[in-house]
Amino acid sequence: MTTATPTVGAGVQATAKKTTRAGRVRKRLNSRTATLVSIILALLWTVPTFGLFISSFRPENQIKTTGWWTFFTDPQFTFENYQEVLFSSSSSSGQLASYFINSLAITIPSVLFPTAFAALAAYALAWINFKGRDWLYIAIFALQIVPLQMALVPLLKFFSTGVTVAGVQVLPAWDLVDEQKFAQVWFAHTCFALPFAVYLLHNFIAQLPGDLMEAARVDGATHPKIFRTIVLPLITPALAAFGIFQFLWVWNDLLVALIFAGGTSDTAPLTVRLAEMAGTRGNEWQRLTAGAFVSIVVPLIVFLSLQRFFVRGLLAGSVKG
Amino acid sequence: MAFARSRQALAIAGVLGLALGVTACGTGNDKKSSSKASSPECAPYEKYQGHDGKKVTIYSSIRDIEADRLAQSWKQFEDCTGIKIDHEGSGEFEAQLGVRVDGGNAPDLAFIPQPGLLKRFADAGKLKPAGADTKAMAEQNYSPDWLKYSTVDGKFYGAPLGSNVKSFVWYSPKTFKEKGWQVPQTWDDLIKLSDQIAASGTKPWCAGIESGDATGWPATDWIEDLMLRTAGPEVYDQWTTHGIPFNDPKVADAVNKAGTILKNDKYVNGGFGGVKSIATTSFQEAGTPITTGKCALHRQASFYANQWPQGTKVAEDGDVFAFYFPAVDPAKGKPVLGGGEFVTAFADRPEVQAVQTYLASGEYANSRAKIGDWVSANKKLDLNNVPNPVDKLSVQILQDPKTVFRFDGSDLMPAAVGAGTFWKGMVDWINGKDTTTVLNGIESSWK
Amino acid sequence: MEFDFAEEQPKFLMLMYGLIAFVAVVGGLLLLLDVVPAWFARRREAQLVAASAGGAPPPRRRKPREGLFALFFLLPTLLFLIVGLVVPAIRTTVLSLMDKDSANWVGLRNYGWMFSEPSIVRVLTNTLIWVLLVPLVATAFGLIYAVLVDRARLESLAKSLIFLPMAISFVGATIIWKFVYAFRGEEQEQIGLLNQIVVSLGGEPKQWLLDSPLNTFLLIVIMIWIQAGFAMVVLSAAIKAIPADIVEAARLDGVTPWQMFWRITMPSIRPALIVVVVTISIATLKVFDIVRTATNGNYDTSVIANEMYNQAFRYGEPGQGSALAVFLFILVTPIVIYQIRNLRKQREG
Repeated sequence: MTTATPTVGAGVQATAKKTTRAGRVRKRLNSRTATLVSIILALLWTVPTFGLFISSFRPENQIKTTGWWTFFTDPQFTFENYQEVLFSSSSSSGQLASYFINSLAITIPSVLFPTAFAALAAYALAWINFKGRDWLYIAIFALQIVPLQMALVPLLKFFSTGVTVAGVQVLPAWDLVDEQKFAQVWFAHTCFALPFAVYLLHNFIAQLPGDLMEAARVDGATHPKIFRTIVLPLITPALAAFGIFQFLWVWNDLLVALIFAGGTSDTAPLTVRLAEMAGTRGNEWQRLTAGAFVSIVVPLIVFLSLQRFFVRGLLAGSVKG
Repeated sequence: MAFARSRQALAIAGVLGLALGVTACGTGNDKKSSSKASSPECAPYEKYQGHDGKKVTIYSSIRDIEADRLAQSWKQFEDCTGIKIDHEGSGEFEAQLGVRVDGGNAPDLAFIPQPGLLKRFADAGKLKPAGADTKAMAEQNYSPDWLKYSTVDGKFYGAPLGSNVKSFVWYSPKTFKEKGWQVPQTWDDLIKLSDQIAASGTKPWCAGIESGDATGWPATDWIEDLMLRTAGPEVYDQWTTHGIPFNDPKVADAVNKAGTILKNDKYVNGGFGGVKSIATTSFQEAGTPITTGKCALHRQASFYANQWPQGTKVAEDGDVFAFYFPAVDPAKGKPVLGGGEFVTAFADRPEVQAVQTYLASGEYANSRAKIGDWVSANKKLDLNNVPNPVDKLSVQILQDPKTVFRFDGSDLMPAAVGAGTFWKGMVDWINGKDTTTVLNGIESSWK
Repeated sequence: MEFDFAEEQPKFLMLMYGLIAFVAVVGGLLLLLDVVPAWFARRREAQLVAASAGGAPPPRRRKPREGLFALFFLLPTLLFLIVGLVVPAIRTTVLSLMDKDSANWVGLRNYGWMFSEPSIVRVLTNTLIWVLLVPLVATAFGLIYAVLVDRARLESLAKSLIFLPMAISFVGATIIWKFVYAFRGEEQEQIGLLNQIVVSLGGEPKQWLLDSPLNTFLLIVIMIWIQAGFAMVVLSAAIKAIPADIVEAARLDGVTPWQMFWRITMPSIRPALIVVVVTISIATLKVFDIVRTATNGNYDTSVIANEMYNQAFRYGEPGQGSALAVFLFILVTPIVIYQIRNLRKQREG
């Protein structure tokens, strides 16, 4: 690449200034057609979701016999589907609120751990000189392909029986009960997220200007200090970007939670409950529609409120590379 | 240095562990011990006592309302013995049980609905043979026909729990009465009735085999029922154990016979469309057109009683009811196809065996039956405790000594066939593939 | 059952322990790395002083310390990766060479099975179609949209709408699309949008998910629908990062928008494009939930991850399931090689 792209090291402020100037230039290029086409495409993209959304407010027999578009000619409106999903539940499976709390308790640490570990690892792979670091990076990158389904059994064995080498118990079994099982889920999600996290953050950290690091080294700063005072502030957007991805992935995950936390209201996340609700009675569109929207709400709020970081985060990382 | 570093790593790992340890103390069990143990209503549970405060975990495919009923059915047992039963039901049961067992995290008890799966765990040495008490209780309450399905290499692994009868055709007694249709007693009558209904402008049959990741199973039930009827129980047993190949002409006959209904555009698929719509109609929805008069007949198991829309009266004189899927040659006896789940153990702690024995008892069967929507082959089950008329009919059939009972064949076959190529093969068959190609494909997958 | 908040307390406690553990581990590691070298530095200084007093040359060792730092930075990641992915990957490879009881070695028999069984060959072909189409179409759409939206008003609204499917789980997205593809008999009113359109154009309603190979493409549409948002967001960000001076200079030179796109935009966003294609490709290779929810692999729509799961966990054939997983490892090799070349170039440049 030969174009003189600005480096992130020039500072966030400088970048911001440049974008606004770029923005001004582009404003002039604004075209009505572009606006029209992009809005139409966006609306088309949203039609399937919108249809489900409308359906979630329609009575059961209406959903099953007529298309959602008839809502506009024959509006029949009900909250019953949401009522059913949110408040009615069998006594053995508990309240939806419990599952909601489980989802939170599972998701927050499962986002924090891999983000921090991957940031440290990506820094080492990008800026510390040691033998074989490129191969290590490639190996971690390639691990992305290991399907997590194949990791379930060995990982579960690791938790439930510990590690035994040649008959000697090296690590004990975890023996967790009830809500302690969250720790297993955090652990599992951290494992599965790390390859992508390292890949994404390495892409970003490797772009930071070398002069900046060199200057710090000359001043006698150690790697931990450079990481904390120089790198960390610059990569916050990238961290936020990965954080959102990981959040969406963990929040929407079913399989990992089912295996490592179990399916009871003590530990299972929202997705498990919604899957069971839909699963026991098959094509219950009315429950599915409302349930789907209940589960979308949180990720949507998170995405919309962090969108700004997200865009900036991926931006700088992929400018040059 | 190296030593210090690895200590550090251990300490880091320990932080997590420590945090967990603290929680364990914070939420320690302060469950009250059973105070009712000596009260008179606990008398039947005396032999299971002595395990106060112990916990038994159960894993099954039973969820939602059905799971509530389960919990209710053993509530008194829990109160009287102090054993806490932790039940977890999952739609992923069949796949997840294997993951948990291989991962060293097996439940104490599992309700396994497939003898084939049971055999796999038994062969792998994962299952514990049932204790002497459980075995005695099971032999007392269940016919040998049933117990042979949970016996592998002479070792007995557990008694059946719930059962169901699959050889049923659902219909609307009300409509039948209005139109003057008669409940058929033979296969030929059934076909005549179908023609009669078709002539009246209604498609007689409705069917649906979509069932999430188990799509195809309702069609395999059709084939099994017809194998029992056209080839007889002995050939049926050869078929399920691969004594005859899957593409044997006898199997092809049965499949084609099913095809005279399922692949006949004049007969199906009332309320949904043509033959192919069977593949995408969910089994739960499949019978509902009977209530709106868009179809008249629906072959499905006794448990379909739970699938009717709210307010449908299930009774001999009600909106819907079921008749026995007639035999081709009634002179050869009444073959009945059915299924059920077996209470198997992955642990042999005394409290686990106590629960396993209790679940095989007549007390349990009656306790569960009273709550409703449940059928069992348990001989001690009192018909008066079965509220639902279809369930009553099922229990009668199961307890009838003249009944020739056979377990659902696809559950007996290796999972790769019974829950794999057989299901998928039937989906392809409905979707237009011919019988020979489908059967050859299934045969080649059975190794 | 009343919702009892007190019963939920242990969960929050557990969450708190998790957060404490996080702070302790990450903070502890950084602190350790800060304090220990400082201590060594002090000791060396003391040695230096002592040495200079004694007249001996000061001891110099810098190289090994770099390696040590790297080790500590990488330690948590490596530990987790070894336990969670490396060991399972090795185990899978070993299992793929064994029979279904995982007791006897069978050599490459499971691989032979994979390529001789017509239904499995179909699965492999399907995966190939997926991995060729999804990254291509999703990225292309994302790119075109990113260019378009860059000049449009209501930009953030439009972008949010396109990105929306990313926030929905794969299962949820598939349910949404099953609703679009839903079928009702000819005599009935359609409830699926696609069939409604067909009917209103005078056609006959179709069971979309039954006919191969059309059904595979309809499932691919779902994946594209989800991933295009990701591609669009990343590429749009990259486009905005192109310095205004370059754009302005090009405009002064009088280049057409077409030339602008190929000469300025494309070269500038190439790295972002690579990230997008690589990420989507890997996600597509592993696609599982969509096929499972929509058809469960029936009607010739199965892909490797589904078949692997079914073989390993439902049919009790871990050997065959593992062989499929190993094939997945092999499929990713081209992407890995490309990544190595990229890294080399980057190091040289």
